[in-house]
Amino acid sequence: MTAIETRGLVKRFGSFTALDGIDLTVRDGEMIALLGPSGSGKTTLLRVLGGLDHPDEGTLIINGDEALQSSLKDRRVGFVFQHYALFRHMSVFENVAFGLRVKPKAERLPDADITLRVERLLALVHLSNHARRMPDQLSGGQRQRVALARALAIEPRVLLLDEPFGALDSKVRKELRRWLRSLQHELGVTTLLVTHDQEEALEVADRVVVMNKGRIEQVGTPEDLYQRPQSPFVADFIGGANLFPCEVTAVGNEIASVTLGPLSLRVPSVKFQTGPATLSIRSSAVRLGNDGLSNSVLSGRVTHTSYLGALREYVFDTPIGALTVTQPPDVVLRTGDRAQLEIVVGAGVIVF
Amino acid sequence: MTLFSTPAAPIRTEAPVVRWVLTLVGLAFLGLFILLPLIAVFGQAFSRGLAKYWEVLSDPDSVSAIGLTLVVALFSVALNLVFGVIAAWAITKFEFPGKSILTTLIDLPFSISPVVAGLVFVLLFGAKGLLGPWLAAHDLKIIFALPGIVLATIFVTFPFVARELIPLMQEQGTSEEEAARSLGASGWLTFWKVTLPNIRFGLLYGALLCNARAMGEFGAVSVVSGHIRGETNTMPLHIEILYNEYQFVAAFAVASLLAFLALLTLVAKAVLERRIARSRGSFT
Repeated sequence: MTAIETRGLVKRFGSFTALDGIDLTVRDGEMIALLGPSGSGKTTLLRVLGGLDHPDEGTLIINGDEALQSSLKDRRVGFVFQHYALFRHMSVFENVAFGLRVKPKAERLPDADITLRVERLLALVHLSNHARRMPDQLSGGQRQRVALARALAIEPRVLLLDEPFGALDSKVRKELRRWLRSLQHELGVTTLLVTHDQEEALEVADRVVVMNKGRIEQVGTPEDLYQRPQSPFVADFIGGANLFPCEVTAVGNEIASVTLGPLSLRVPSVKFQTGPATLSIRSSAVRLGNDGLSNSVLSGRVTHTSYLGALREYVFDTPIGALTVTQPPDVVLRTGDRAQLEIVVGAGVIVF
Repeated sequence: MTLFSTPAAPIRTEAPVVRWVLTLVGLAFLGLFILLPLIAVFGQAFSRGLAKYWEVLSDPDSVSAIGLTLVVALFSVALNLVFGVIAAWAITKFEFPGKSILTTLIDLPFSISPVVAGLVFVLLFGAKGLLGPWLAAHDLKIIFALPGIVLATIFVTFPFVARELIPLMQEQGTSEEEAARSLGASGWLTFWKVTLPNIRFGLLYGALLCNARAMGEFGAVSVVSGHIRGETNTMPLHIEILYNEYQFVAAFAVASLLAFLALLTLVAKAVLERRIARSRGSFT
């Protein structure tokens, strides 16, 4: 079943086009991450879905209902803001109860039921002991959980989270997103989450929507995006890649022949034309120390080294330009060292 | 290392003599220009004893002036609260053409002479004014009557509430309102349950300043009042008349009442400022 369907959503702010024709389908109960650099339109898309911004063009269907005409109250979308936006003059309890208290009299639960529901939600987010606290007496992670409980109180059909862990330190972030992931599984509520952190997106989401300049670059599972990127942008944004302008000389069945400086490679391709193209080489797709002359070997000189714990990262100056390479930590090179670099054709090399 | 070092800040320590002289000069000014006049007002007011003081204040014209001042202050504070909130709301929560013009216009009453402000209303509503004939035809009296005094006072005190709220609301942004809307609250409920509680101390503070100025306003009110004793005389106008008639004890007695209100305002202001500082500082 489809939870959200958008067709041709366009949103402009003055001369700036924040959303440039968004077609997106989200299945019921899915966890989706909207991933992109700042200014890519991901937050605008979330705000349009949440009814906080109105699109200039396009249609939006939530659970089968045309949502752009209906009021926010009927849309039943829970929104969690980046900076929590808790009501600063209300206790934790009242914050969570707010959505239940502002319902019209006819739909409003009796006070006792509201208390019960709020207590259940606070237990769900592990804040039962903090009901009487004011927002300014809570830590960042606790505020975030109050914001989540508040959004869940209205029993939303869709949960929208705007950079939910953006303002937290990295240890709390990691804990919270694991917890959110299991909570989402437990509740089964369709969830969209905006993030600029690819690690976060890959970890929590069933599917990731990569956005760039107001458009969707690619939608797919984390494996899809990493192993089968459809554009240089996605290859670079997900996992990082070295991008070089190259020349495609022949195309075959999903394989293309590419020349780039001294290199001449046959690599997987999503391109079906000869001519100028972009070659993407992941930093893990380079092998060191091959002395034999070959069409896939470059000579390079180390210009920059960094130690990343599980890996070492080197930047080489090569005939095709700067090439970033990762190696196991026991391969130790110093700035100025020379090495032969073999491009290992496989999943890490692709031409667009 | 030199990249991050900042040049040493020049440290100045005045000689103790200089400090003492400066402090004394400051205190002397304060005493001469604020404390002494205040003492003079109360001294003169009570110079013939408590009985005379009470007699003067319970004079029908004085009672009328005090009553009128309270009514005018009540109306202008109430209306300026509404206008101020609306103006501040519009300026801080929405984008619309002419916004910067409106922001500038709000300050106009501060920069214009109160006498000119009063004259504007005479030109608009006076017998020979723009709307004068129409008002006369419908038997509506604005100039030389209560409505004119209230209008002039509202004009002069308009900026206080809005000026106090705009920076406060700008700082708070719109995210709490958006959260309330997304939880299903109507615009009206959002205002009552979220916006208003967040600005309540700022609102009180603005109302306080507005009230102080409304009670003390002389220039603009003087132009539109007509100085009808027992009818359109506010306290400041009444004081001037009494003084011009050489009734010094009476003039100072009424003045002492105004001065007392000013002191009260000062105390309330200090208390509120502390509350505002606390509610602002505690939430980041």
